[in-house]
Amino acid sequence: MKIYINSTAAISPQPTFGKPFELIKPVKYEAEYLRCIEPDYKEYINPVLIRRMGRVVKMGVAAGIRCLRDAGIESPDAIITGTGLGCIEDTESFLNEIIKNKEQFLPPTSFIQSTHNTIAGQIALLLKCNSYNYAYVHRCFSFENALLDAMMMINEQNSYNVLLGGVDELTKTSWTIMKRLGIYKDVSEKGPDIFTDRTEGSIAGEGAVFFTASGIPKDAYASVDAIKTLYKPASTDQTKEFIKNFLEVHGLIPQDIDAVIMGYSADKESDGIYDLISDQLFADNNILNYKPLCGEYFTSVSFAVWAAANILKLNVCPDAMKIRYNGNNALRRILIYNHFKNSEHSLILLSAC
Amino acid sequence: MNDKVYIAGIGMISAIGQNVTETLESLKTSRHGVGRLENIDTVYKDKIPFAEVKKTNEELKIQLGLDANKTITRTSLFGMIAAHEAVQNSGIDVKQFRCGIVSATSVGGMDLSERFYDEFYSDNNAGDINGIKGHDCADSTEHIADFLGIKDYLGTISTACSSSANSIMFGSRLIKNDIVDVVVAGGTDSLTRFTLNGFNTLMILDKNHCRPFDANRAGLNLGEGAGFVVLVSQRLLNKINARPLAEVAGYGNANDAYHQTASSPDGQGAFLAMSKALAVSGLRPDDIDYINVHGTGTGNNDLSEGIAMKRIFGEKTPLFSSTKAFTGHTLGAAGGVEAVISVLAIQNNLIFPNLNFLEPIPEINISPVTSLIENVKVDHVLSNSFGFGGNNSTLILSRPVW
Repeated sequence: MKIYINSTAAISPQPTFGKPFELIKPVKYEAEYLRCIEPDYKEYINPVLIRRMGRVVKMGVAAGIRCLRDAGIESPDAIITGTGLGCIEDTESFLNEIIKNKEQFLPPTSFIQSTHNTIAGQIALLLKCNSYNYAYVHRCFSFENALLDAMMMINEQNSYNVLLGGVDELTKTSWTIMKRLGIYKDVSEKGPDIFTDRTEGSIAGEGAVFFTASGIPKDAYASVDAIKTLYKPASTDQTKEFIKNFLEVHGLIPQDIDAVIMGYSADKESDGIYDLISDQLFADNNILNYKPLCGEYFTSVSFAVWAAANILKLNVCPDAMKIRYNGNNALRRILIYNHFKNSEHSLILLSAC
Repeated sequence: MNDKVYIAGIGMISAIGQNVTETLESLKTSRHGVGRLENIDTVYKDKIPFAEVKKTNEELKIQLGLDANKTITRTSLFGMIAAHEAVQNSGIDVKQFRCGIVSATSVGGMDLSERFYDEFYSDNNAGDINGIKGHDCADSTEHIADFLGIKDYLGTISTACSSSANSIMFGSRLIKNDIVDVVVAGGTDSLTRFTLNGFNTLMILDKNHCRPFDANRAGLNLGEGAGFVVLVSQRLLNKINARPLAEVAGYGNANDAYHQTASSPDGQGAFLAMSKALAVSGLRPDDIDYINVHGTGTGNNDLSEGIAMKRIFGEKTPLFSSTKAFTGHTLGAAGGVEAVISVLAIQNNLIFPNLNFLEPIPEINISPVTSLIENVKVDHVLSNSFGFGGNNSTLILSRPVW
């Protein structure tokens, strides 16, 4: 079910939007969490519409439109998005209105914009695109669901161009709640050593990452060869077996993987699992991470796919991603391994074209 | 890829029944579920009718054998009840085969998170933090999966009111692409203050019992519940020698690309969704015996959907009805709920009435079925589900040739 990534666009906490990939230098974190560097939306969206759109919608639409322009696609055959929490800013704002105004005389805008398919729907509306339009919303499987759908779709209809994206926003409120839940921690309290200083909670982030994908290898960034998810493994042995089995099914052994991108998030328990997998299965491989660049969020794996696709296309690896890197051979095959709280695990395999 | 997908079991909970048996009885006797709201604290309690499941969360938990003090969303509880019934009905041991779940919801666990938020709003350290854990859409899916022992694939879809038609479509494609052999697919939603206020701001809630497809329709009634089907591959059915209830013969999704909340005047999205589903099924329009229309009762939807139907079926509109005057509009669950109702129509050779219809919409001049039709040929049912964001989906369910 191999598909090809024909264009990419990422709005992230790094200057990734429209800048050459190899020049990325990670910005310093000073706030409590990583916040996206937003582009000038006027280049992508009608200014009248910009004012009405929530932040996550603007980010998603701009990244999606940019990605289509780069691929020279006017109207895709499918628009498929993944988002863990959707439009939380609008959801909060409608909840606030309900309380503040005691359910009376509420403006409808934030409610209308709060549905999880707003980004996919708005892209369709802007392009007048009547094609297939889906929004997946399964925590740390949201982008994985969307990616599998895209792969099946191209498998079913070889001529299709699919617009695929992973989008999540963070607000002060959602960060505060996630911090109370022990999922996120405060970056500003810890300073620059945050990623080596493992304590409870991850470093929170956000992003809007889009791809166009098709069955056509011409000028592609990379191919996505396979994806597989694992839900609530009974033990780390089962996780190991899952990874070994995944490689085996695709005729590979760990040595065939030029680099493994792991989802290290600075959460003590989660990172322990990456250590174990890295030590026991990939002891001799290059190990990269990506969350120092984008932070943890439900669809962060879309950023890892973006990074992998660019690494494979340009054969350069930003220093900021290197955990253990010998730089001896060209990077031709990359495995992404991510999990969220040992509950949703996923593997995505990409190859150079 | 050419493997067929069948429905081997159905399960449902809504204002017209705690299970499929009660649902069928209500549909046959025109017993609707629209009335006064009891379980939500809102200023609209006595002003707007709703189709509410008349059980408290504590009663639902006890019914499921859970601790009555457990923090779990109403959305999860509905989903667990309906999905469990569907699996029981199928007789398939989901732990024995490669089995996935694809669920859908519009607002997930908002029923508990809005209660948390009431306290959090004035003090960010206040509120029972456990109440927000189930806020996201996947929480109910994972509760259902854990309850049933499903592990091989999990997915959740949220495309507003077409969500669970889309989960049945995606589930069917997972089987056709040989990712899994069995998929429990459907959706669940509970009434929340968030949703009812949202729809109220759009001024599309009827102050009385809704009248889908009637010339004088004045809006929709919100409902709640869950509807699930067990999708099974033909290869597995052959292996275990089981008999399906229906075939998922066709499906289609398209975007209306007209407006964030309103449907287009020419019903383009609906037209394309129905056309795609027909193309997948290989059926002709005149093969369709019954349409379970989206039919919310809003001025905009019913007209746009009717125009799209005329574009597909010409002057020979099949028998059709909206069952939303029974169940209310169950939003993210509606596609699942109406897939179950469509299977019941096939199984029992029945066509259920469209309540409260008096006079056709002048622009389209088509009339739904207004009283129960028995002993009627129902081999192919087309079911529509449309949502915000221009999301339009159609399923075609057929009597299985077995």
